[in-house]
Amino acid sequence: MAEEKVGAVLVVGGGVAGIQAALDLADSGFKVYLIDQSPSIGGVMSKLDKTFPTNDCAMCILAPKLVATGRHPNINLVTNGEVIGLNGEAGNFEVKIRKRSRYINEEKCNGCGLCAQKCPVEAIDMFNEGLSDRSAIYIEYPQSVPLKFMIDREKCIGCGTCQEICKAEAIEYDQQDSEATLKVGSIILAPGFEPFDARLKSEYGYGRFPNVVTSIEFERILSASGPYGGLVLRPSDGEIPRKIAFIQCVGSRDAQLGNNYCSAACCMYGIKEAVIAKEHVPTKLDCTIFYMDIRAYGKEFDDYYNRAKEEHDIRFVRSRVASVTEDPSTGNLHVYYVEDGEPKTEEFNMVVLSIGMQPPKNAEKLAEVLGIKLNGYKFCQTELFSPVETSKPGIFVCGAFVAPKDIPESVAQASGAAARAMSLIASERGKEIVKKEYPPERDVTLEEPRIGVFVCHCGINIGGIVNVPEVVEYAKKLPNVVYAEANLYTCSQDTQEIIREKIKEYNLNRVVVASCTPRTHEPLFRETVREAGLNPYLFEMANIRDQCSWVHMHEPEKATEKAKDLVRSVLAKARLLKPLKKPIIDVTPVGLIIGGGVSGMTAALELARQGFEVHLVEREKEPGGHLRKIHYLLEGEDPKERLNRLVKEVMENGKIHVYLGAEVTEVSGFVGNFKSKIIHNGEEKEVEHGIVIVATGAVEYKPTEYLYGKDPRVITQRELEEKITRGEFKAKNVVMIQCVGARTEEKPNCARICCGQAIKNALKIKEVSPETDVYILYKDVRSYGFKEDYYRKAAEKGVLFINYDNGRKPKVTNENGKLKVTFWEPTIKEEIEIKPDAVVLSAATVPNPDNKRVAEMLKVPLTKDGFFLEAHMKLRPVDFATDGIFLCGMAHSPKFIDESIAQACAAASRATTILSKKTLEMEGIVASVDEDLCSGCRICEYLCPYGAIEMKEKNGKITAHVIEALCKGCGVCGTACPTKAITLGHFTTEEIMAQVKAALMEEITA
Amino acid sequence: MQAFEPKIIAFACKWCTSKEVEELQVPSNVKIVKVRCSGRIDPTIILELFTRGSDGTIVFGCPLGECHYETGNLHAEKKIKMLKKLMSLSGLNSERLRLEWISPLEEAKFTEIIRDFVGQMKTLGCSPLAGEKPDVNMLINLEAAKSAAEDFRLRVLVGREKWLLDNGNVYGEPVNEGEFDALLDEIVKAEFIRHKIHYLTREKPRSLKELAAFVGIKPALVLRHIMNMRRKGMIALDRIEGTTPLYKALEVQ
Repeated sequence: MAEEKVGAVLVVGGGVAGIQAALDLADSGFKVYLIDQSPSIGGVMSKLDKTFPTNDCAMCILAPKLVATGRHPNINLVTNGEVIGLNGEAGNFEVKIRKRSRYINEEKCNGCGLCAQKCPVEAIDMFNEGLSDRSAIYIEYPQSVPLKFMIDREKCIGCGTCQEICKAEAIEYDQQDSEATLKVGSIILAPGFEPFDARLKSEYGYGRFPNVVTSIEFERILSASGPYGGLVLRPSDGEIPRKIAFIQCVGSRDAQLGNNYCSAACCMYGIKEAVIAKEHVPTKLDCTIFYMDIRAYGKEFDDYYNRAKEEHDIRFVRSRVASVTEDPSTGNLHVYYVEDGEPKTEEFNMVVLSIGMQPPKNAEKLAEVLGIKLNGYKFCQTELFSPVETSKPGIFVCGAFVAPKDIPESVAQASGAAARAMSLIASERGKEIVKKEYPPERDVTLEEPRIGVFVCHCGINIGGIVNVPEVVEYAKKLPNVVYAEANLYTCSQDTQEIIREKIKEYNLNRVVVASCTPRTHEPLFRETVREAGLNPYLFEMANIRDQCSWVHMHEPEKATEKAKDLVRSVLAKARLLKPLKKPIIDVTPVGLIIGGGVSGMTAALELARQGFEVHLVEREKEPGGHLRKIHYLLEGEDPKERLNRLVKEVMENGKIHVYLGAEVTEVSGFVGNFKSKIIHNGEEKEVEHGIVIVATGAVEYKPTEYLYGKDPRVITQRELEEKITRGEFKAKNVVMIQCVGARTEEKPNCARICCGQAIKNALKIKEVSPETDVYILYKDVRSYGFKEDYYRKAAEKGVLFINYDNGRKPKVTNENGKLKVTFWEPTIKEEIEIKPDAVVLSAATVPNPDNKRVAEMLKVPLTKDGFFLEAHMKLRPVDFATDGIFLCGMAHSPKFIDESIAQACAAASRATTILSKKTLEMEGIVASVDEDLCSGCRICEYLCPYGAIEMKEKNGKITAHVIEALCKGCGVCGTACPTKAITLGHFTTEEIMAQVKAALMEEITA
Repeated sequence: MQAFEPKIIAFACKWCTSKEVEELQVPSNVKIVKVRCSGRIDPTIILELFTRGSDGTIVFGCPLGECHYETGNLHAEKKIKMLKKLMSLSGLNSERLRLEWISPLEEAKFTEIIRDFVGQMKTLGCSPLAGEKPDVNMLINLEAAKSAAEDFRLRVLVGREKWLLDNGNVYGEPVNEGEFDALLDEIVKAEFIRHKIHYLTREKPRSLKELAAFVGIKPALVLRHIMNMRRKGMIALDRIEGTTPLYKALEVQ
C-alpha cells in the first residue's frame, strides 16, 4: 500500500547546482534538506576566481545565493553529512544520514574567528588546494555558509586553547557524530565532480615539479583570497612568471587513462585563466595554450575565444604536449610538443594543467546506497529525453554528476531537476514548510523618534580595535537616542531577543546596529525589528567592522573616532526613516508559453504537473518544432516515437490549452499579473497569466556559400538526414563542411550542435554504406562531454577529419559537371582535390527571425547575435532580468534535445517559484511619483532599465507611475527628474543629506 | 694574554638553594640571581642574556617531586627544552644553557656543578655573541628566537605541554611524548624562521630569494612561511620589482 507522499526534498550536494535546486524548491513551498560532505556549501564554484564569459568574480555572484540558502527558513543545511541508507519509494522515502561532528555548537558559534587566530596548530589548507596553511580550527573560506568553525580532528592536538578563547562558549570537544532519518518525497543528486588527479599524467611532472600546477590550483592562485593574495607567483620561488603554458585535456579525451570523454568546460576555463593571469601580472606575461580542439561551443564563447586571441594576445598551439621536464637550476619547465610535424621544445616559467572532471569519489557508494545506475565512466546514467532523471523513480540528478559541464548548464539542470522533483509531490506543496507570522505593525508616524543603538564587539573583531564602550557612551548623548548598549555579538540569537525586549521596554521606534556589513546582516536585523512589531524599514546599520576595525587596525584611536562618525551619521538618517509598505501583489496561477517545440511542450507539461493552467501558443499548425525534422539520434532513441508521445501527453492534458497556428500579439502587465492577446483561428483571445516562458526555438541557416542552391548535390545536414531516412541517399564519396554560417567574421559564434549532427550523419552513412568515403572538414571538432565517444567511433569507422581555418577555407566548384572540393591538408601540407558525389554543409542554427518582435513585445533584450539574453549568463540561465519572464531551449542558444529539455524544466521550476504563491511580497524600497509635480516629460520612463515606469492619463494630464512590482529601487529616475517629482523610499534626498551632513559635522566644527 | 673567564649567570630557586647561596664558594665570574621558582624563568630572559654576551646560563630547580610550588620545576624543564631547540636553531651551542635539580642540603653538589659548568664554558670558549665582534647573524637569530619565544603560539604550547602529557588531551586521549616533541620541534623551527623573516623585513623590504639565503632554506618554503605570516598579519607585500615581490614586516599587535 502506497503511503502518503511527503512535501520535502533531499538535495545531496551543496555546490552551485544543489544550491539552485534547493532555493527553487524552498521558494515553491517545499521543505528542503541540503546535505553536503564539506563543512560549508559552495562546492567547486566557491574556489574559482573569475568566471567565463562575463569575467564576473565567482564569489561575488555566488555569495548572495549562499546567504539566501543559509537564511532560508525552509532549507535545512546538513553539513559534514553523507547519505548512508535509503528506504521507501518515490513520493515517500526514508533517508538515513550521518553527520560528522564539527566539535562546535553551530547554534552558538558566531564565526568571529578568534579561535583560528589563536590555534597553535597548522594544517594544510585544502580549500587552497594545499598551496597554503590554515589552523586546525577553521572555516573553509571567509564567506563560508554556514559561518561556523570546525575542528580538524585529524590535526587538532586537543590543547584546549580554543575553548579558553571562545567567548561564545561554542566549543564542544565531546560532540559525537550523529545519525538521523529524514522523510522526503523526492531526492535530487548534485554531488558534482572530482578533479582529475594530475599525478596520473606523470609525463607532465605534476607533483614532482613545483611550478607545474593544476588549473584549480591556478584558480586559487588567481583569487584575491587565495594562497598568494591574488598575485600570480611560482610556488618554487615566489617569482612572478613571464611565460605560462596551459596544457589542455589533462585527464580528458585520453583513451590510455580510460577517460575518453571531453570534460566540456576546460577549454573555456583555460582561456579565462590565461586572460585573467595577464590582468593579474603587473609585468608582461606571455600565455600559450596547447590544445587539440578549442571547444568554445557555448553562448558567445567564441567571442571570448576571439578576444583572447586578438585583444589579449594569447597564443594558441594545436598540439598534444608530449612531456614536460624541469630545469632544476631555475625551476623553469621545458614543454615538448609537435607542431606542423616538427618536434619542438619551449621553455616556460610555469605550466598549468587544465585537468578534467571525474565522477565524484563517492559515486559508486552513493549509487549502491540509493540503487541508481551509473554509466560506463561512473557518472550518473540518464536518458536523452529524461536528462535529470536517474534510473530510480523519485531520484533526480543535475550538474557535473550527469556529465562534465560548466556552471550555467549545471544551474539550468538543477532548476530542471527541482521541477521534476516537485511535480512528483505537487499535491504536498506547502505542507511541510514554516509560514512566518508577524505581530501587527505599530503605527509610529506621530511619535518622536526614539532610537535604540546596539554596538557590536564581534568578539574582538571590532572590539579589539574600536573602543566599543566609548562608541556606546557617545551614541547615548546623540539626539533621540533613548537606549544604547554594547553586545559581544549583536547578531547572536540571544541578542535578537534582547533587541526585541528593549524595543518594548523603551518603546523604541527606530533601531540602529553598528556592526559588520548590511550585505550579510541587514535582513536578519530587519526581521528582528519586524518581529517586535516595527516596520522593517525603521532600521539602519553602520558598518564599523569593515570600515573601521578592519581598514584601520593599526590606528585604534582613529578607528574609534571614525566609528563614532559613522554612528552619528547613520543616526541622523535613522531619525528621518519612514515606514515603508512592501507591496503585495496577487498572482494569477497560469502560465503563458510562446513556442510549442520540445522545450515549450516540456515546460507546459511540467507546469501542468505542478497543478497550473497553461496557454501554449505555437505558430505552426503542428507542434514539435525542430524535433519534427529529426529522424534518428546519435544516442539511438527514436525521435519520432518520443515526439508523438510528448505531443499526445500535451494535447490530452486538461490543464494545457494549446493554440496551433496562433500568435501572441500583445503582452502587458507585470509579474503575477500579465494580460496577453492571442490571435488564433482569426480570432483574438485575451488571457490572464502570472508568468511567460519564451520557447520560440531557432532555425537552420540557409547557406549562400559553397554552391548551395546552385548545385543540387550541395545539401545541408538536415536535408541529408531527410534523404538518408527516405533511402534516397547514394554516394561513394561525401565531403562535409563544418561551420557554415557560424564562426565567421560576421557570425563569430559557434552553433554548437553541428559537429554532433555531422558525426551522426557520417556514422549513419557508414552504417548503411560502409564503403562510402566520408570527409569532414572542420575548424575544431566540438564533440563535448560524452559525445566524444561518437567522434572516436566515427574516426574508427574511417571517417576522415581534416582541419581547416578561416584563412584557408575549402573551395567547392563545379568542373565540367563534376563537383570538386579543394582543401589544404595540414598534416601532409598539401592542397588536396576530391570529387565527391555530395557536399554536405553543416549549416548553423540561427535565431528565430521572430525573436525581435517577441523581444519588443515583452521588453526583454536580445544578444547581438539575435538570441534572447538571459538575466545573467552564469547563474540565471533561464530568467530574464524582468521578473516573471523566462526562456528555454534554442531561443536561448543552439542546443541538443537533452539540454533543451533540462532548460524547459528549469524554466518551469523558476516559474513555479512565482505561480505557487497566492501573493508576492515585493521589496518596499521603491520609487514613487508626486503626480502634482510630474510634468510628464518621460525622462524617467526612458531611464528605467526594468520598464517599471508607465505613463498614465488622469484628469487630462499624463503623468509617470511606478509599477512597484517591477521597480528594483535604484533611484536613477528620481535623480534625473527635472521637477523632483520622484522619491526613492528609504533613500530620500532628505535622509541622504542628513546622513552626509552629520558625517562631515566634526570636521566642519573642528 | 689573560685566561678566558666566561660570564655566567646562575638562576637559583629560593627553595632548593635555601642556604644563603651568595655565601658559597663560587668563582667570581658567576653571578647568582635568586628567583622564587625555576618555573619563573621566562624564556625571553635567558635569550636576552645571551644576546647581551652571557657565555653560559645555568638554572637550578628543586628535584622532581620536591617543587615548593608543586610543578614549577616541571614547567621550567619544558621551557628549557624549548630554549635549547631555539638556541640550536640560532647556531648557539645549547650546552651554554643548563638545568640542574638540586636539594637544599646539597651545598657541595651546588658548588661542584657550578665549577663543572664554568669549566665547560671555558672549554667552549667565548660566546660568539660576546666580545668585541659579536656574530651579527647569530644576534639576528637570537632576536628571532626571542620574539618566537614571546609569541602566543609557542607560549601556549609549551605552557600546556605538561598538562597535556599528564592528563591527556581535551578529547580524553593520551598524548604521546615523542609525538608531541616532534610537533613542537616543527613548530619551534617554523616560528623561529618566521620571526627571523619578520626581523629581517622590519629593517627593509626584502625578496624571497634574499630571505631564503639568510634563513638557509628553499625559497618554496620561505614562500609558505611568508603566506602564513601574511595570514597572521605579520607581513605584507611592499612592492614588486620586475618579477620579484618584496615583503615588509608589519608591526605585530
